[in-house]
Order: sequence, then C-alpha cells, then structure tokens
Amino acid sequence: MLCQKCQKRVAKVQLTQIINNNKSVLFLCEYCAREEEKYNFGSPFSINDFLSGIMGFPYMTSVPQHNQNLICDKCGMSYNEFNKTGKIGCSNCYKVYGDKLVPLLRRLHGNIQYNGKIPSRAFGSVKLSREITKLKEQLDAAIKNEEYEKAAVLRDQIRNLESKSNK
Amino acid sequence: MREWYIKNGPESDVVMSTRIRLARNFNDFPFPSKMSREDGEKVLDKVKEAIFGRGRAISENFQFEDIQKMDPIQRQALVEKHLISPDLAESQAHGGVVISDDEKISIMINEEDHLRIQCLFAGLQLKEAWDLCNKIDNLLEETIDYAFDERFGYLTCCPTNIGTGIRASVMLHLPALVMTGYIKGILEICSKLGIAVRGLYGENTEASGNMFQISNQVSLGQTEDEIISSINSITRQIIDQERSIRKELHKQNAYRFEDKIYRSLGLLSNARIISSEEALKLLSDVRLGVYMGIINDININVLNEIQLLVQPANLQKSVGRALSPDERDIKRAEVIRNKLKRN
Ligand SMILES: [Zn+2]
Ligand SMILES: [Zn+2]
Repeated sequence: MLCQKCQKRVAKVQLTQIINNNKSVLFLCEYCAREEEKYNFGSPFSINDFLSGIMGFPYMTSVPQHNQNLICDKCGMSYNEFNKTGKIGCSNCYKVYGDKLVPLLRRLHGNIQYNGKIPSRAFGSVKLSREITKLKEQLDAAIKNEEYEKAAVLRDQIRNLESKSNK
Repeated sequence: MREWYIKNGPESDVVMSTRIRLARNFNDFPFPSKMSREDGEKVLDKVKEAIFGRGRAISENFQFEDIQKMDPIQRQALVEKHLISPDLAESQAHGGVVISDDEKISIMINEEDHLRIQCLFAGLQLKEAWDLCNKIDNLLEETIDYAFDERFGYLTCCPTNIGTGIRASVMLHLPALVMTGYIKGILEICSKLGIAVRGLYGENTEASGNMFQISNQVSLGQTEDEIISSINSITRQIIDQERSIRKELHKQNAYRFEDKIYRSLGLLSNARIISSEEALKLLSDVRLGVYMGIINDININVLNEIQLLVQPANLQKSVGRALSPDERDIKRAEVIRNKLKRN
C-alpha cells in the first residue's frame, strides 16, 4: 500500500487520530508519519491512548551499597545470597532486609505503595494504616496551603487512629 | 467438549485466551527453593486440606495430580495446555497441581512460590478470570496463613511478583500486524509501557502461528483492577489495529489474500507429513480465513482442537504412546486431515 499522504513511498505506519470524537486512520510512510507526529505530539498508534489507565512507570534509581550482610534467622538466606540468585528465601527475609530491597522494588514497579487486595485476616490493621497514610498526605497539603485549622483537625484524627493501631 | 479452550470467547477473532495468575506463599514455611522435603510435603497436605478437606465448598470439581508420579509426556501435555509451568513439569520434588474438571482453574503447588492460582478463559475475559481467581484465593485463605506484609503486600519468592502477586495475560493472534510489519510498533509501545510481550518476532513469527502473549510487568503500586484495566485497554487497541489491517489487506488484493488462505487450507487438509511449526503457521492462515468469512465450512472449535493436538505431547497422548519425531510428523498430518474432513 502506498502512503496516503505523499502517495509515493510504501506505507509502513498506521496513524490513528481522535479529533473531536472522530477516529481517523491514516496509513503513512515513515517519513510522512514523522512529519505528522511533529504536529500531533503523539507517536503512531497514538501512545496517549495506550497511556490511559496506566498509573505507575518504572524509573531508575541506583542501588545503595551496603557492606553489612544481613542474614534471615528463619531460613538462613543472606542478603548477599539474594543479590546473587535474585530469589528471596522466606517471608521473614522481607522483615530482615526488606528495607534494602526498596530501591530494587522501585526500579521494578515504580510506585511501591501497596494498594492491592488485603487478606481478611489482616484487614483491620491494614485498613487503619491506609487511612492514616491518607490523612497524613492531606495534612501535608493543608500545611503547604497554610490551612492551619484544617491541619489541626487532621492531626487529631491521625493521633486518634494511631492510638487505635497501637492497641 | 467441556474444556474451555475448545470454545470461543469474546473477541476471539483476535484474542485466543485470557489468563490471570496469583502468586501466594505460606507465612510459616520457607519458599520452595529453600524448603526441605518434609516442609514440601506439609505444604502439599495443607493445600489439599484447604481444597478437599471436609466441608470445603469447592472440593467436588477438582483433581489433585502428583507431578512426581506422572511420566514426561503427561507432564508436557499439561504444559502445552498451560495448566502447569515448564518449571513445575521439571521439578524434582514435592510439586503438585490441582486442576478443575473444566480445566479453567489450576493451582500449582511448590512451583517458584508455594501457590500459583491461575484461571484460564477463552477470548478476552480479564474481569471474569480475575473474579474467579479472587474467589479461589478467598477460599484458600480461609485455612492458609498467607505471607502478607502491610508495606509490600503478598510476599513472593521473586521480587518481580511482589504486591498483588497478579499476572494478567492475553494470548493474541496477530497475523495482519505481522504480515505488514506493524507489529514492531506495537511491541515497542508495549515495552515502553511496562507491558511484557512474549512471542517470536522476526523470521520465526509465522512459525509460531503469529501468536503473542502480552502481560503486566508491574505487580506493586497498582490495584488489581488498575492492572487488569490497563491490559484490557491495550488489548482493545491492538484488536482494533489488527481488525482494520485485516480488512485493509483484503480490500487491497482480495484474490491474493484468499489465495494464500486457501493454499494453506489445502496443505493442511492434504499433507501426509507435517511439523508442528508448519502446522501452526498454516493454522494461523486458516483461522484468519474463517474469522474473515472467507472459509465458511469449518467450525472454529475444530481449529482450536487442532491447535492443541498438533503439539508434541498432546499428539502422543492422543495416540496413547511415545512417538519418534518422524512418526509424530506423520501422525500429526493424519490427525489434522481427519479433523478437517468435510462432510
Ligand atoms: Zn508519505
Ligand atoms: Zn528467610
């Protein structure tokens, strides 16, 4: 098929555009597609469409160097061993060197705030701590906006929940 | 046939199947790679108890299979059906699987994680597959103390699965995108968006039947619903692309297009010797022809059946004995011919 714009080169790219709810599809050569892109700020296949619904992107952070080798007292797996195999030994390993895994998890998953399903056994405590995190974010925003009365209310709510979660 | 993979699901002109998998572990046992034989047996027993124990809601429709007691062909046949992973098939110790009668649900035991719960559906049914998986997970959780952490979510052996432990994947048939080379753009965009694509691209794409699997890479930081809906929206866009190019290709040169499809059908229904690669390649063309209404006298369910039967282990299983590679190619051709016989 020839490019629908120049009618000279072979079409290699399909450009989907949505303008005022009308979808148009153009088959273009690579050259014309690139020209078209400059005007539309999008890539062929309309990357913005693909983006919708996707929340987190992996991004790079460097892994800090630690000399101390932590060893799990339950399964015997050490942090150094993990670094070699990439496999964790048991659930307790996450307690022993979970902090050291954070940069790696960030690299793999982008956002590392857990938002998923909660087993019913852990439901009460997790729900509480999610609530606290949310209030703390609101508190930061309130302070930033100099809404001190609102901040005071939020602070009291957080204290209240924290005392519950420590019980 | 009651098995799900014979049937057709939504958007099955492009989407072969949908799979949701959850990774789960016991809190009080080391993960399988660090586990003693005794612990492995205990985990097996506890999972069996959770499913088949007295008063359990789901026991009737499930079968437990001991991987150790199966011969290599039986194991491989389960791999070809996606009911167990290649890793579990090769496992040396305490590996097991619980499979539902309709083969929609499989629960792998002592794979990389203690539990891999997966649900398979025909066509594009991410929501349905997740709902079912979630239900099974809730049932198991009633008796199993899962490794769960407030900060990290469900704990897994490999940090790539941590958090929700979910992997949502769809198997796509993309002959038109491959034929035109547009598949390359799709693959590039997927990789930019943190979507994994499995499937051969390049010289061997046709040989693998133009099949591609896309799945999420990120399992932490998003909810299950968010992960599923992003895979769903990407899949829908790929479906649109594939469909419009199919139409366009046919419009451009209907004779050439139909000729290719009928030649493939001719080969497939007459060959006396056929490799699984060649069979998958030809099947891809015939499948395309059926869905585009070019071939009208072949039921798509027959193609779904052949798709599985041409694979080495299932072929040997259907014959009932081990075959040499040469024998397989002859037998494969025969099986396909019989299935495609038109009355
Ligand atoms: Zn052009
Ligand atoms: Zn450990």
